[in-house]
Amino acid sequence: MTTAIGRPLDRVDGHAKVTGAGRYSAEIALPGLAHAVLVTSRIPSGRVELIDTYDAERAEGVLAVLHHLNLPKGGSVPPLLPSLFGAAASGQTFFPMQDEVIHYAGQHLAMVVAETLDQAEHAARLVRITYQETASITTVEQGRERAYEAEKIFAGFIPGRITRGDAAAALDRAQVTVENSYYCAANHHNPIECSATTAVWEGDRLTLYDATQGPNATLHTVAELLNVMPSHIRVVTNYVGGSFGCKAMIWDHPALAALAARAVHRPVRLALSREQMFSSVGHREEQEQRLTLGADRDGRLTAIRHHKLSPTSHFDDWAEPSLGVASQMYACPNYEGVYNLIKANTMTPTFTRCPGEASGMFVMETAMDELAERLDLDPLELRLRNYAETEPMTGHPWSSKGLRDCYRRGAELARWSERDPRPGTVRDGNWLLGWGMASSGYPVTPPGNPQRARARIFADGSAVVQSSFSDIGTGSATAMTQVAADGLGVPLERMRIQYGDSDLPNTAAAVGSAGAGMVSAAVHIAATALRDQLIAQAVADEHSPLHGTDPRQVAVSDGRMALRDRPGTGETYAELLQRAFMADAEALGTWNPPGMDTPYGTMTFGAQFAQVAVDPDLGLCRVRQLIGVFDPGRVLNRKTAHSQLMGGMLWGMSHALLEGTIMGPDGRWANASLGEYLVPVNADAPDVVVETIETTDTVVNPLGVKGVGEVGMVGTAAAIANAIWHATGRRHHRLPITIESLM
Amino acid sequence: MVASQLPDAVQGPGPVDVVLNVNGATHVVRIEPRVSLLDCLRDHMNLTGAKKGCNQGACGACTVWIDKRRVVACLTLAIACEGREITTIEGMAENGSLHPMQKAFLSEDAFQCGYCTPGQIMSAVALLDEGHAGSDAEIGEWMSGNICRCAAYPNIRTAIRDVRDGVGGVRSAAG
Repeated sequence: MTTAIGRPLDRVDGHAKVTGAGRYSAEIALPGLAHAVLVTSRIPSGRVELIDTYDAERAEGVLAVLHHLNLPKGGSVPPLLPSLFGAAASGQTFFPMQDEVIHYAGQHLAMVVAETLDQAEHAARLVRITYQETASITTVEQGRERAYEAEKIFAGFIPGRITRGDAAAALDRAQVTVENSYYCAANHHNPIECSATTAVWEGDRLTLYDATQGPNATLHTVAELLNVMPSHIRVVTNYVGGSFGCKAMIWDHPALAALAARAVHRPVRLALSREQMFSSVGHREEQEQRLTLGADRDGRLTAIRHHKLSPTSHFDDWAEPSLGVASQMYACPNYEGVYNLIKANTMTPTFTRCPGEASGMFVMETAMDELAERLDLDPLELRLRNYAETEPMTGHPWSSKGLRDCYRRGAELARWSERDPRPGTVRDGNWLLGWGMASSGYPVTPPGNPQRARARIFADGSAVVQSSFSDIGTGSATAMTQVAADGLGVPLERMRIQYGDSDLPNTAAAVGSAGAGMVSAAVHIAATALRDQLIAQAVADEHSPLHGTDPRQVAVSDGRMALRDRPGTGETYAELLQRAFMADAEALGTWNPPGMDTPYGTMTFGAQFAQVAVDPDLGLCRVRQLIGVFDPGRVLNRKTAHSQLMGGMLWGMSHALLEGTIMGPDGRWANASLGEYLVPVNADAPDVVVETIETTDTVVNPLGVKGVGEVGMVGTAAAIANAIWHATGRRHHRLPITIESLM
Repeated sequence: MVASQLPDAVQGPGPVDVVLNVNGATHVVRIEPRVSLLDCLRDHMNLTGAKKGCNQGACGACTVWIDKRRVVACLTLAIACEGREITTIEGMAENGSLHPMQKAFLSEDAFQCGYCTPGQIMSAVALLDEGHAGSDAEIGEWMSGNICRCAAYPNIRTAIRDVRDGVGGVRSAAG
């Protein structure tokens, strides 16, 4: 029975957020708290010849200056493993301050701990480092000649070369080909809350207040890095001020905070500065892609060749999987995808919202628009002609696919059929107007380990559900409250959610748009297990009105168990528990996710439509409207789900028009601030139309939740670029699309 | 500043007593003169509603009011606020009941992670008092000092309109 699921409930953590009462990880007030500040490398490659800490150590309030010569060595660096696996999830297989070698600019070289933040920041400036610099490579352009084909990428889970059929032969025979190179600038996540950890030791037990997408990911990673038993670590994540992937993997700062706290025998807060956020928690790598489409004259794809080239760190072969969704979107018998890498003096890149899907689908959907232009076909019609009825790489059926409905509804909202296909024909004063569209898709990936939640009801009929996940702003805590209320059959106002604490039942990190699906599975199983347990107790209780009845005929609503066909026969949970002198009852729910080898294609789909206005004299592009229609399976909370999709679409707009981190000639990011790394402000953001088409999916998880965290961003950049072509007649193959390129 | 207005004694660089009026209450904090109003509120007064996002005046997460005008607390020295009336998000709710703008942010889902939200609300309420909420375009322009990385911008505009127009009974008492 469903009464709460789907409702546009206000956020359960909303009151704390609008009053400023919610405590984020750098806001935990503790007696004796000391402050740590990092000192970072000014050069991209070389070694520390000399580190002079004399003045820093003697500065007012300084408690310790830690660096490679005196930092206590801990355990070992765990392997790179996505935090969706639920184990240790180090962002890179390098831990700083272990030797004098410098691999990238911004590398953490020393840490100053002082009584106050100002004292620590001042003393950090007094640490003098003499460098011995060596030659470096920090861009695609510098490293092009040294590129190599990756054996595997993405922590070893994706092969460097993926093929089906014979792409080369099919391209030779293709009646039409479209071939272009594309470039996407590096991106940084830049949540407004910088990463922060507050570390407290009590004897050999460690508590970390950490801004993380996965409290358990922090726990397991720090346990390995410091060689501390996992049972002795607790990670608390009350609130997270955004993440977008930079808090998905665990970087060195939580362990460094713990080491600092151990060194000074005090609680220590280590909060990264905004500038440090550009070289401490990964990034979306700069990348080139080359895409060749082959098709017949009817527009049916016969071949796709998609190659990517991007820099990675010296320690890890990482590339965001830009080829993935682009290879699954259309029916096409011949395919070749290759990841080429360059070893560079950067840190290991990482997940950034839509890791690979955003960049790869910008390329694919721009190329599809060009193919439509070449064939004089409507762009939407071209996509329908190549609609993938089954998953193209495996031939498996889709677990659910509502893409046709998304196209149809999106086209209706955008009045697509009224669009004049010729570019550059519609004006509004100095503005040239254009409309563009693109497909969207984001994979549904199961977590790697069982997901758990605990449901507990008290004798007064109020209940709490507990699970360790953190809510990074997605609204998961709110949605889980709804799932728990429905599962147990109690009203929302009697259900409380407790989360953000590794001491609670295990969940993997809230990453890959998988959080709502996997945690709702555990919460649903826990809540319904408790419901079934209480029904069974009533049926067995000779004092219960339900004694001896068939438990399958008992339904629960508003905290009262009753027979389906005779609602008058029943009693409340509270009556049952009180009669039995039970103060509470509880049940653990465990969801064992399907393996990676499930014989289904699993993806959330969508259709994106954009209207832009371009002033070609001034090089201005204003997005006037974004329309997105998606098929995320079941929607747990319409309000928060639509907010997520809207935010994703505006991220796509930002990817298209604003965001790019520029590598300076000195091997350092040249625009490492919120003043110079452009993100949308209020005036940049148009009104956004979001609709969802609810599809039934019985494969992905018990409630059929496919996820909304990232799919909103996929295809938006291409829809905008295609709209710019429609407005101006010019194609854009580089992101961000800048004023200079529009003039 | 003319010589006669200069303080008698040099203050700092060590900690000094600073008298601040925050949300209607007077506090004496012992801080170094270099401490920003933001760090003073967060680390010395345990008022963490104003957020640190960039510490260089670019993001607006630390927006508070000084004498009813919005300022970024990260670029303001605490010691320079003596004799001023400082208002933070903690001073917005009255007698435990939310300010109409806080209610509107809740009901319109005008935030996700919540980290920029106190600054957005301080800006939004001031914006109405400034008379800068005439149109959506005007709201967008005058709210552009507050970055929301979750991009809840359209909902923020809706929340401000709600309060401006009294939708859902959330009209500002002042407005």
